[in-house]
Amino acid sequence: MTDLRLEQEEIEISKKDKLTKYKEKGLKIFFLLNGILAIIVLAGIFYLLLSEGLPTFEEVSIREFFTSFRWNPTSRNPGYGILSLVISTLAVTIGALLFSVPVGIAAAAYLAEVARPKEREILKPVIEILASIPSVVIGFLGIVLLGPIIARTFGLSNGLNVINGSILLGVMALPTIISISEDAISAVPKEYKEASLALGTNRWHTLVKVTIPAALSGITAAIMLGMGRAIGETMAVLMATGNAPAVPRSIFSSIRTMTATIAIELGEVPFNTTHYHSLFAIGAVLFVMTFLVNLVSDLVLHKYGEGE
Amino acid sequence: MTDNLKQKLGFGILRLSTWLILFILFIILYDIISKGIGVISWEFLTTAPRSGMTEGGIWPAVIGTVLVTMITALFAVPIGVFAAIYLNEYASQGKLTRTIRMAIRNLAGVPSIVYGLFGLALFVKNLGLGTSVLSAGLTLGLLTLPVTITASEEALKSVPNSYRHGSLALGVSKWHTIRHNVLPNAIPGILTGAILGLSRAAGETAPILFTGAAFFLPRIPDSLGSQFMALPYHLYILSTQHHSIGVVRPIAYGTAFVLIVLVLILNLVAIFIRYRFRKNLSK
Repeated sequence: MTDLRLEQEEIEISKKDKLTKYKEKGLKIFFLLNGILAIIVLAGIFYLLLSEGLPTFEEVSIREFFTSFRWNPTSRNPGYGILSLVISTLAVTIGALLFSVPVGIAAAAYLAEVARPKEREILKPVIEILASIPSVVIGFLGIVLLGPIIARTFGLSNGLNVINGSILLGVMALPTIISISEDAISAVPKEYKEASLALGTNRWHTLVKVTIPAALSGITAAIMLGMGRAIGETMAVLMATGNAPAVPRSIFSSIRTMTATIAIELGEVPFNTTHYHSLFAIGAVLFVMTFLVNLVSDLVLHKYGEGE
Repeated sequence: MTDNLKQKLGFGILRLSTWLILFILFIILYDIISKGIGVISWEFLTTAPRSGMTEGGIWPAVIGTVLVTMITALFAVPIGVFAAIYLNEYASQGKLTRTIRMAIRNLAGVPSIVYGLFGLALFVKNLGLGTSVLSAGLTLGLLTLPVTITASEEALKSVPNSYRHGSLALGVSKWHTIRHNVLPNAIPGILTGAILGLSRAAGETAPILFTGAAFFLPRIPDSLGSQFMALPYHLYILSTQHHSIGVVRPIAYGTAFVLIVLVLILNLVAIFIRYRFRKNLSK
């Protein structure tokens, strides 16, 4: 009798085990699907940009698109050359980096190597606040605050131009550059610094000749990520660079970047026109540019971190 | 120049750079707060714009932003947590896991305007959701996904392995262990990341430009299928597209003030939760 009952219980337990096993397996697959969604979205973005963008080239030659300076899709003789938009994007991006890279690395070095722990604990979240300010607010200040200052200083009729956009983008790239550079500088092994200090060099010399060179790959990644942000940023450059699709002649020229062109024009075009498709084609070029920049930073950052 | 002097000078420059950044942040906050706070009144917050947006308040934009951010949260937080559970609790080191991680890092670098294009093509056009709260919320959800996944994974990672081993050793199933021993301890970290991600989404403009934000709509959206006003888009309109920009400048400052205060409050809440959480963990 008791044997029989035990056997039955065993059967029930093994049934339950099986059920748990199925449930466990099902859950694992469910969580995996959520992870795979990231791949699907990334691939989906690229696919839709291409499928909506490629029809541009039924009307426009690839050569014109990439090598013409004339962007004027609403003219009776429409022009679909994106070169001036690309140059404008690069101009503000380079301008932004010229200012944000040195300042950002200096601040990162200060946080990692000079500031006292208490000071660092306050400064880090404060700098994070800068990262959280919406780009539309930064753009607004470009119009109402920075623009007039630039116009007055240089005697211009208005201050919405390359230099305004560069400064705004630089401010927006700063938090990225600082936080990743600081991680890189903090990650340099203590032994390096101790060895240098033991040789009788001072802390400044050690920072410049030992610590920063040792952190260079991380700092490079930080600069690339900041660059990616600057290339892709929309609202600040849309509002503060004067909205003129032309090749910049000086830092006081009004321009219009790739992102700003999409933002301004896409709202007004009917679906499936050449103009509509061409804006997706710009989006695809933008996607490829930021993807490459991010990929480089990714490779630099994770070259040694495969196992993390 | 002696080495000592060099060091003093060098550290001085580093300190100056840091101060410059604090100064920039101060200027941004000071300008918006000092010029925006005078505009704020109960009426400004609770009435709709009137007379071609030159008078009245920003009520529909406040509600629109809250609604769209809620959709974003409903979409991005659960998926983010589930994906993080896979990556931290189940995934083995392999090609698939590496590809997922790479995809997440790259998604984080996709420009927000490109998310806008994707949202327009997928939700508005192909799935037929139209320009609506739903389309905009889902678009912002995709944009926020990398943040919620990464933050949730960090939070799960910070739960000590002994919590898992103790439970598993008692013969408890893996899911039961995750649910009762791991997740509860990761919740503060997940929450912090989610709030930071949502505060960013709430301030985004480019992704909602073509997916649902309306130029002017003096009422709150009555369904998920209707267009909506949003604070960041409203600020953009008031400062660039309005016919009399000078007249509406105070309203623009007021809108910027509300937007910044909203984002700052969310950030302070997140910082506070993280601070408490760290203290608890180190106990």
